[in-house]
Amino acid sequence: MNRRQLIPLAVAAPLAVLPLFLNAYWIDVLNSIGIYAMLGLSLNLIVGHAGLFNLGHAAFYAVGAYTAAIVNTTFGIPVLLLLPVCGLAAGLFALAVARPIIHLRGDYLCIVTIGVGEIVRIALVNNLFGITGGSNGIFGIARPSIFDLTLRTPLHFYYLIWIFVALTVFVFHLLEYSRFGRALNYLREDDVAAEGSGVNTAHYKLMAFVVGAGWAGMVGNIYAAKMTIISPESFTFWESVLMFAIVILGGSGSMPGVLLGAFLIVGLPELFREFANARMLVFGAAMIAMMVFRTQGLIPSRPRIYRIPAVEKGEGRA
Amino acid sequence: MEQFFQQLTNGLAVGSIYALIALGYTMVYGVLKLINFAHSDMFTLGAYLGLTLLTSLALTDHIGPLWGTVVLALMVMGLVAMVGALLDRVAYRPLRESPRLSAVVSALGASIFLQNTVMLIYGARYRVYPHDILPRVALDVFGLQIPLVRILILCASLTMMAMLYIFIQRTRIGTAIRAAAIDQGAARLMGIDVNRVILMVFLVGPALGGAAGLMVGLYYGQINFTMGWGYGLKAFTAAILGGIGNIPGAMLGGVLLGVVESLGAAYLSFAWKDAIAFCVLILILIVRPTGLLGERVAEKV
Repeated sequence: MNRRQLIPLAVAAPLAVLPLFLNAYWIDVLNSIGIYAMLGLSLNLIVGHAGLFNLGHAAFYAVGAYTAAIVNTTFGIPVLLLLPVCGLAAGLFALAVARPIIHLRGDYLCIVTIGVGEIVRIALVNNLFGITGGSNGIFGIARPSIFDLTLRTPLHFYYLIWIFVALTVFVFHLLEYSRFGRALNYLREDDVAAEGSGVNTAHYKLMAFVVGAGWAGMVGNIYAAKMTIISPESFTFWESVLMFAIVILGGSGSMPGVLLGAFLIVGLPELFREFANARMLVFGAAMIAMMVFRTQGLIPSRPRIYRIPAVEKGEGRA
Repeated sequence: MEQFFQQLTNGLAVGSIYALIALGYTMVYGVLKLINFAHSDMFTLGAYLGLTLLTSLALTDHIGPLWGTVVLALMVMGLVAMVGALLDRVAYRPLRESPRLSAVVSALGASIFLQNTVMLIYGARYRVYPHDILPRVALDVFGLQIPLVRILILCASLTMMAMLYIFIQRTRIGTAIRAAAIDQGAARLMGIDVNRVILMVFLVGPALGGAAGLMVGLYYGQINFTMGWGYGLKAFTAAILGGIGNIPGAMLGGVLLGVVESLGAAYLSFAWKDAIAFCVLILILIVRPTGLLGERVAEKV
């Protein structure tokens, strides 16, 4: 094991014992950070890797959360068992929405995703099909349980969420280094060249959207399980902005960057609590300052490195 | 029929307000290829500065309602333009050479900052404009009773748009703005001071946005520090609808959006009012991916 491979361990170990020293309030802050970290990582596939401008990610998160809430409250199926269902629902929704618009160029795609996010929110407020509960939302989602343990305290959810974060990091790491991830990076840099080299760009763009959205749907499920009450307020344009800021501020396309971004974007407003009303003012100023001083993001993504075995052995070196 | 024409004229008035805001988005986008999310707060700022100047100076009592409002509008536009230029200097200028999305996040940060500044100064509650600024009368137009405010807003915004159009098409600096929008590098080689062009854009755009804020205050009578998001988003939608970067496109998109929204709210569903604009946008972009008047950009190979 080289030094870089030790970094995830060095991060994971303190996180595993940290909640034992914190009170319920700060554990809950860490839970929020974990949820946004997962949302950021899923959005990172779309924005960071595929270079698609998505400012409506909250819509897919909402579809997942509402799927969990509706199925759980009507059919009584345990909420965590619905994880794949929520992922599938959000993924299919993304497929239906993105299919006709995926060819739009950068900023046109941006406003359409904002529009989709707003349409979803308005549909939820207007009690679509009479099943979303209007602006009050849905309450009474059954607490999730794993074997005999019913999850109810922040500490329980802390471990559920952060184990899922670890899983997210693992899955998206595999995706990043797969043929799929390389294709996305290629079409992000130059989609005409990618198309010319036989990469089906429309297909890959669509798949990036579907996978990212599907994952956000599963995060929505966890959110619904944690809150037991969900309402349209939790899925506003503002949420999409936060997720977007996490990706860009942390470092577009860089997983450590996105994780750090989640800590800062969700954690900083908590630290600024002493500023009381001026908290968000300071937060906005901090966002500008961070972009001005680190334009590439806090931890920029590194170019892919492929070692040539012969060179490593010391042969053929000039 | 009565209701139809009332909604139509209301839509035209609201649409022309959207168009004024949309012009700010589209001009900045044309030159910098940046979505200036903080533009919506220029609009809010205009509404609040208008309220302050209105109540503190009482201009309308001294020089009559019409001239009072005109002078007030000019003052608001001047102040908001200065904030716009400052915004560019602080939040965007350091990011000229960096990835485009970084500037977008900076814009979002600036928007949060400005919105909260307004909240801290004026408070979070709704503020009410004085009722007696403009006479609350309705004019008889072809048998229709149309509020005077509505007609004045329509006239004022059309005048401003016409002036902007002349400014862009006929003056030296307007030509420079168009040149910089087409190709910044080439414009620089032709001896155009691109930084001055950008400064100009950040003076004119926010000035129009601020005027739009004042109009909303006068039209609806109440303002809130979060109202910028909604109007900004609609105006940005209008700019995209017309083809972003295209000035007549923003005007057309704004007016069209206002009318469609107003009629949709009246005849389809009021609860879905805000969703109608986005549905129209998506439908139009599926057919014309670069908006109504946007140029079809050939793919470079």
